[in-house]
Amino acid sequence: MSLAAIPELAPALLDLPFREGYVRSIVFVSLYVSVTAVALSTLFSVPVAVAIGFADFPGKGFVKSVVNTGMGFPSVVVGLIVLFAVSNQGPLGSLDLVFTREAMIMSQFVLATPPITAITLAAVSGVDEGVRDAARALGGTRLDAALVVLKEARYGIATAILAGFGRAVSEVGSVLIVGGNITSADGISKTRTLTTAIQLEARQGQYETAMILGAVLVALVLTVNAVVVHFGDSGVTR
Amino acid sequence: MTIHRRRFVAALGAGAVASTAGCARLGLGGESGAGSDDRPAVAGEELTLTTTTSTYDTGLLDEIHTDFEDLYGVTVDAVAQGTGAALESARNGDADAVMVHARGLEDEFLRNGYGVNRRDLMFNDFVIVGPESDPAGIRGTGSATDALAAIAEAGETFVSRGDNSGTHAKELTLWEAAGTEPGGDWYQETGTGMGEALNAATQQGAYTLSDRGTFISQRSEIDLAILVQGPIEGGPEILANPYGVMAANPGVHDGVNYDLAMAYIGWITSPGVQESISGYEVNGEQLFFPEAVSEDPNFGQYVPEGWSSDSADE
Repeated sequence: MSLAAIPELAPALLDLPFREGYVRSIVFVSLYVSVTAVALSTLFSVPVAVAIGFADFPGKGFVKSVVNTGMGFPSVVVGLIVLFAVSNQGPLGSLDLVFTREAMIMSQFVLATPPITAITLAAVSGVDEGVRDAARALGGTRLDAALVVLKEARYGIATAILAGFGRAVSEVGSVLIVGGNITSADGISKTRTLTTAIQLEARQGQYETAMILGAVLVALVLTVNAVVVHFGDSGVTR
Repeated sequence: MTIHRRRFVAALGAGAVASTAGCARLGLGGESGAGSDDRPAVAGEELTLTTTTSTYDTGLLDEIHTDFEDLYGVTVDAVAQGTGAALESARNGDADAVMVHARGLEDEFLRNGYGVNRRDLMFNDFVIVGPESDPAGIRGTGSATDALAAIAEAGETFVSRGDNSGTHAKELTLWEAAGTEPGGDWYQETGTGMGEALNAATQQGAYTLSDRGTFISQRSEIDLAILVQGPIEGGPEILANPYGVMAANPGVHDGVNYDLAMAYIGWITSPGVQESISGYEVNGEQLFFPEAVSEDPNFGQYVPEGWSSDSADE
């Protein structure tokens, strides 16, 4: 969409049939679910990637290829598996998680973890061996060496987080299945995200509304990218 | 995998706390006017209602649910699925109440013990819609099955929901009654909701079967005409579209919120709400006709069709 279209869109945004707070609440749910899932994924993936990157063990190539395969894991399948896990009949049934944001976070965690792990692993592996050796030679512990490598690899890690976030926030299959696309009667989203809202509007033939929500989603992704890139630029301080 | 899961449970605990806090904040902002002391015991609980896209997409539920939420201080989580999926969610214990429109599937659900306290709720009808030009020449045909047979005969494109929804179930019944096995290039299963199927039919100049409610509420977005009317406009009775509501059986799944489900069923079948349903209009047309309130007894609504105590298994 070109910049010239923005002035035309602005009045359209004002007289849309959205109820008050509707768009704000679905943006909130989208961000809440995806950011939480990506944060948890990052906490899990980065140490795992560093551990795999630093270690030498038989089958390392196999582990890498498993992680890479995970990047292409279809989101609807993840949604189904999480649904079975959290459904009243499933192993986590007693926690009553079906049709909740927590279930959506679980499925997005599963979706975001492989790309974040794989790209971080590539970034960590790409850091010159000499950097690690120098850190150790200067009397650093293994942890110090790891931190130095992480600092060197920060652009790669930022890319990894963005890839994970992009996958999570733009995915519609699993959050629809485990979340149920719910709003309350007064139009405040409980588990409706931008993507499932777009799906709903398209189902109802309201393509203009769907397009505007799509524009909001793209703007959101761009903003998050800008913030993360900025964060990566200012460096990892430790 | 098990390791992941443990990490998850820990993380989820934190997540649940955070999200509950968020809900409480939203709740306070949204319903500041309501008192909290004299609320019913179910206040603050959530009712998970699985329903059909054809009910949800008309906007009826959003319109009337606010009243229920205010009355009981609860929230209704309406999940729009096909009738088949809505019943399946309840079968798995993931829904407290279901509102669907496929008597055959509802009866199976009841017979298997998953649902209790079924009530007839409301009805509208199905219509066969298609392009204004009507290439198969079915306009004004008095019989739905003849119309479908004519479409099949002419090989004109027909869009099927193909999603095990109530509308899909009705369509398959009609094909069977017409003695035609649908299939071939002209028969397209979209596997989507009613609105998407109507869009698909518009795009391709195709015929489809729609419930009147969704058709009316989307008429301005689509370019199709009603070619065979349902019983509301004097069409054949086979196109009737009755909606039923029932509670998930708490004897099968002890996690379901049976109290609230019954409160909901009592509320939605009450005279006042039935009146709101008949007063709900889109584009100046009534979408649903209430049928829960009646002077005469209708015992058939509580049990699977054709059930009698004589025929029941010992």
